[in-house]
Amino acid sequence: MLAFIGRSVIQKIVTLFFVSVVSFAIIHIAPGEPSQVDPLNPKFTPEMVQRFRQAFHLDRPLYEQYALFYRDLLSGRTLSWKDSQPVLAKIWERFLNSLPLFVVGTLITWTVSFPVGVRSAIFRGGLYDRSATLISYVLISIPGFFFAYLLIIFAVNRFQVPVIGIQTFGLTEAPWLFRLNDRLWHLLLPSLLGATGGIAVLSRYVRSQMLEVESQDYVRTARAKGLPWEMVHYKHALRNALLPFVTMFGLILPGLIGGSVIIESIFSWPGLGRLAYEAILARDYPVILTINFIAAVLVLAGTFVSDLLYVIVDPRIRL
Amino acid sequence: MSPEPASPAAYLEAPSRPKRTRFQEFWRLFRRNRMALAGLAVFALFFVMAVIGLALTSGSRPLLDPARVRLPEKLLPPLSTPHHPLLAPGEEPVLGVYLCGTDDLGRDVFARMLQGAWVSLTVGFVAVGISVAIGIVMGGLAGFYGQRRIRLEQLLVTAVLLAGAGILAAGRRPLGAAVLIIGHAWLFWSISPWGLRRRRALPAGLGFLRRDTLMVDTLIMRFVDIMLCFPSFFLILTVVALLPASIYTIMIVIGLTSWEGTARFVRAEFLALREQDFVAAARALGVSNLRIIFRHMVPNAVAPVLVSATIGIASAILTEAGLSFLGFGVPPPHATWGNILSDGKRFIFDAPWLTFIPGAAILIVVLSFNLFGEGLRDILNPRSRERN
Repeated sequence: MLAFIGRSVIQKIVTLFFVSVVSFAIIHIAPGEPSQVDPLNPKFTPEMVQRFRQAFHLDRPLYEQYALFYRDLLSGRTLSWKDSQPVLAKIWERFLNSLPLFVVGTLITWTVSFPVGVRSAIFRGGLYDRSATLISYVLISIPGFFFAYLLIIFAVNRFQVPVIGIQTFGLTEAPWLFRLNDRLWHLLLPSLLGATGGIAVLSRYVRSQMLEVESQDYVRTARAKGLPWEMVHYKHALRNALLPFVTMFGLILPGLIGGSVIIESIFSWPGLGRLAYEAILARDYPVILTINFIAAVLVLAGTFVSDLLYVIVDPRIRL
Repeated sequence: MSPEPASPAAYLEAPSRPKRTRFQEFWRLFRRNRMALAGLAVFALFFVMAVIGLALTSGSRPLLDPARVRLPEKLLPPLSTPHHPLLAPGEEPVLGVYLCGTDDLGRDVFARMLQGAWVSLTVGFVAVGISVAIGIVMGGLAGFYGQRRIRLEQLLVTAVLLAGAGILAAGRRPLGAAVLIIGHAWLFWSISPWGLRRRRALPAGLGFLRRDTLMVDTLIMRFVDIMLCFPSFFLILTVVALLPASIYTIMIVIGLTSWEGTARFVRAEFLALREQDFVAAARALGVSNLRIIFRHMVPNAVAPVLVSATIGIASAILTEAGLSFLGFGVPPPHATWGNILSDGKRFIFDAPWLTFIPGAAILIVVLSFNLFGEGLRDILNPRSRERN
């Protein structure tokens, strides 16, 4: 077990190193330079550009830039090129905005997909199963921005509530219950949109896992010895079908930083996705690279956690 | 009455062909899956529309001009007729009616949708073509030659070449060129007959160069792991934003960032097929490796690739639409479904057709690809075939 942990940690660190090299290379080898971002601006004299290049080490060779950048990143001193704010503080602030979306979205995903998937599996081939299948394909296929506008039109016309932004502007005087209600309305649509893809995929997966277990011999035995219907499905089948989903707790980790760019731009939600989008537009390399680095760390940590959980949960797996 | 074979021996000698060919069997199963059939039908319709649309909307004097601005006619709902007195001659729509309405500049949305269909189609197919090609090569290498080890000298040559390219890119021309020349010289020496002959007689001190290091499989699969660490839409967005905007950039970038799944499938299939008897038989007959790969293994490994390619087309179309929606991608006068919707979103309550028509079109096309792909998966996978 310890050997497994040690081996995979070393492997992940090596992977992370290569990720950092590749992302750095992609960004710096691409044509154009951040100092040329606004060539028509009369304030950008050649001396300014020179000073800018010097201040951000852009005049050094690439490998030195790489070393300097990751030294700063690991010691937490990276500054944004756009406004000279510390990058980690900026990311943290936006992360706190994205977090409610992530939490509510994940809750919606898991609470909807499990009942739907289990029910489709139990009544396989029935009307419910077939319509759930079709709906999940529709949910996978619908472009997020189109669905967002459908929901906005629906919510605004039907319930007459404002939905864009984090909260309605200028409500600081209102009673707290009113403000809470307002926040919840603003939270609902973007997190629902974030959950659609997840609901579609996860409910299909629950269904196929459940079908897999239902065809096992011990379920047939349970049925044959005359156990009540719900006992067979929920006690014998469902409990064993749940096993692979424990590992999914690890795999949702990367979602923490993957705030959707499109949904956050539509709803003017100042989250991480927006930050990444603005950084890309402004060629703010430190922010782009830092977000990328954190995302890679989360992906690797997620797979690590899910491997570990799998070993802990399933006694059949030996290392 | 069926013709009896003359003798038992003749019966045994007669070639026992299967009653139905593989394609007939496939079609028989496919027809039973109504959703997949509907997907295929919609896909065929979309293909025809895109080709006709390309023919009607391109050229210097297109029949349906997607870029014709008619300011008096802006934001007309679908199926409305043009106000003839206001239009200059030659500005009237050919069909005599705006089938899908007009946008905020009075451009015919129907013509723009036709133009955008071709963009979606080509982006989907070219991007997936690129990713499948890379995936098959990478997965095939890892699956077939995976057990071979890479010698230290091969790694060193690669490192020297990469360093040369890096130094060149960093701006130090002479040094980079020198390193590149050294690397190439080394490479040519080691694959030239002269170098091959001399290999056995390396000087004693350089023997460590031939030490085995990594396995090919490890190298490729770790590379796949590295690629999977990047959040894909964010990566695509970054690269597309940094490179000059064009439709080809988008196709290539989507293709280059989405081959990992295919590579994994192909590798798994190849690892399983390598151990099969027919491959062993081919090897015993002295068939060359390349022929084994392309004649015997690829046709058997193609099923999961086909499925993931079909679903990959759907996701490539969605990605392109998302990029167009964010304002990257095809430059403005050219219409794509994503940027029709993006332009129309400002008039979402006054002119909802500008949102609904392209949105519904994307939804239907992507849905048809997904249904078709899932149908293929059910048919090509013998396990789920038995179950249903």
